[in-house]
Amino acid sequence: MADKYHSTKFQDKIERSVLVMAMMLMLLLSVGGLVEIVPLFYLDETFEHNTHPEIVWQRKAGQSLNDWKAGDGVRPYTPLELAGRDVYLREGCYICHSQMIRPFRDEKERYGHYSLASESMYDHPFQWGSKRTGPDLARVGGKYSDEWQYAHLRGPRNLVPESVMPNYPWLDTGMIDPAKVTGSMKAMRTVGVPYTDADIAAASDKNNALYVGGKTEMEAIVTYLQVLGTMAKLDDSIPYRK
Amino acid sequence: MEATQEKYDFGVVKAFCIMSVVYLAVGTLIGVYAASELAWPFLNFDIAEITFARLRVLHTNAVIFAFGGSALMATAFYSVQRTCGVRLWSNKMAWATFIGWNTVIVAAIITIPLGITQGKEYAELEWPIDILIAICWLMYSFNFALTIANRKTSHIYVSNWFFLAMMIMITYLHVVNSLAIPVSLFKSYSIFSGVQDAMIQWWWGHNAVGFYLTGGFLGIMYYFVPKQANRPVFSYRLSVLHFWVLSFGYVWLGAHHLQYTALPDWTGSLGAAVSLAMIIPSWGGALNGMMTLSGAWDKLRDDYILRFLIMSLAFYAMSTFEGPVMAAKTVNALSHYTDWTVGHVHSGALGWVAMVAAGAIYHMITRLWNTEMYSNKLVNMHFWMFTLGAVIYITSMWVSGIMQGLMWRDYDEFGTLTYTFAESVAAMHPYYAMRAIGGAIFSGGAWIMLYNVVMTIRMANARSAAGAAATA
Repeated sequence: MADKYHSTKFQDKIERSVLVMAMMLMLLLSVGGLVEIVPLFYLDETFEHNTHPEIVWQRKAGQSLNDWKAGDGVRPYTPLELAGRDVYLREGCYICHSQMIRPFRDEKERYGHYSLASESMYDHPFQWGSKRTGPDLARVGGKYSDEWQYAHLRGPRNLVPESVMPNYPWLDTGMIDPAKVTGSMKAMRTVGVPYTDADIAAASDKNNALYVGGKTEMEAIVTYLQVLGTMAKLDDSIPYRK
Repeated sequence: MEATQEKYDFGVVKAFCIMSVVYLAVGTLIGVYAASELAWPFLNFDIAEITFARLRVLHTNAVIFAFGGSALMATAFYSVQRTCGVRLWSNKMAWATFIGWNTVIVAAIITIPLGITQGKEYAELEWPIDILIAICWLMYSFNFALTIANRKTSHIYVSNWFFLAMMIMITYLHVVNSLAIPVSLFKSYSIFSGVQDAMIQWWWGHNAVGFYLTGGFLGIMYYFVPKQANRPVFSYRLSVLHFWVLSFGYVWLGAHHLQYTALPDWTGSLGAAVSLAMIIPSWGGALNGMMTLSGAWDKLRDDYILRFLIMSLAFYAMSTFEGPVMAAKTVNALSHYTDWTVGHVHSGALGWVAMVAAGAIYHMITRLWNTEMYSNKLVNMHFWMFTLGAVIYITSMWVSGIMQGLMWRDYDEFGTLTYTFAESVAAMHPYYAMRAIGGAIFSGGAWIMLYNVVMTIRMANARSAAGAAATA
């Protein structure tokens, strides 16, 4: 058996050495990922704001996150929104709710304008989700009042009898810790979110409107939900994606 | 048999075998409870630690990492010794892997219900646990590769190719996808964001399926099917071909999870195109396994363990046909975001992964403890409960998934959406209940297996103690 090739000479060589086989595999297994992932980091067409800069907020020197108005463009989350997003992650909302509207007629009517890549550019990690056990939340901001959101999170079936969502009563008693939010913002800046020193200081500054102390997790998550999809003002007549 | 016990390092294999059965029983039970919460939401009981989203994550981690990982480590450490004719390169390192891996699982069981998560699907565990996973995985891989390097045979047997491909790919995936900046011991943020994070996440997500749950378990198939059937693999050439094509091709598939999203169209379409092509190597593997039985099909009549192995290949063939269909853009437009995806995952996980692993574990239990099973009747019952449970699960998710997709896009004669989202949720109720029942039957099978395995080991130990007393 040792002298007979059962396939090709090359395959036979591979099968005789674990090192050669491992090297072959290392090479072969890296191709697909390299081809599909690496271009996303340098192709301009990946992000719509490269051709439509108005999608992203152009912050002027000295402006705080509070100077932003809905529709001004995608910006980093405020300290309270970021804290709310951490609650969203902790509760695993992404397991049942997507944040990615596809360019179909029914999704446009149900949820709104299709999602753009630029809209989640500050999302570490992304929250597009993969399942809609509940509805998409990419543009839920402003759809319901804060009071509706509070009541719904406390007991979804009081408002939507068909719902299978759990109650989240503990969000009313959980408090946001400014020190933790400051840490989160610093980490976000390390991974590339453009927070200024003033933005980060605001989270724990009692005299700043962006101060997060004394807020409940409920207020934080609803603040986060209410900003979803409201940052950029999208125009139906503009083809953002080809 | 005594001689082989001394010739190989089987202690660690035994430990992994037992733990994999325990995790299978527990992991599926958690799944049943989570499924029941969707059918009857009061079961959440307003307890944060057991809300659906947290339990669902605990379930996926328990079945993939705890059960799947233990089964892969048991089978790889068992078959690499048998196919290479040597002991493990390091028995101590194998035990360290066992302890480390189980520490990961304990850490997962504690942190996930507490809501400690990275927020990435199938990669939820926080950074310190991720580092421990990486260490265990590298120990496992090096030990395996160096055992092959020590082998007495001239060529490396085909099952080991698949294990090796899995080990290399999972190392790539885990390291890249878990790159994060820590905020504290229990919190970190992915260094990637938005669209790039999505692509990397699904490159990980689909290849965890492709290499861990498919490649690794094909390794199991290539050793245990021929062994249990007592016949050589049907075609060596086919295995060479489908191994390389599968390994090269699977890596590209992740993008099909992101079709019609904000991922550039070229990437999603590329993923979909390669997905369609993957039916060929996938069926190559399924055929190779099934045809190994040609001329010996009568063995299925009384060999219950072989039944598991063959049924698993049938499910494998079905779900690798379904996968490419769902990756096709027009089908994906309907199926994405629905329960159909959940059904598809489970046809692979219940029908293929759990079924082939159960067959392999029964095979190993009888060899490792040098005994027959405590009850073959229970093995048979387990087989039918697995099959029935999986079929009920999958069919209920087909119906609910396709129905959801159709309801969401349905328009009435006035050109407005026919159904509210809430109406589609209400329509799912009977199928969610049915899925929970199917899952419960399946999990029941796993608990029967656990009982049977425990009784078998007790019986074998009592017998060898009696034998030792008689010779003394």
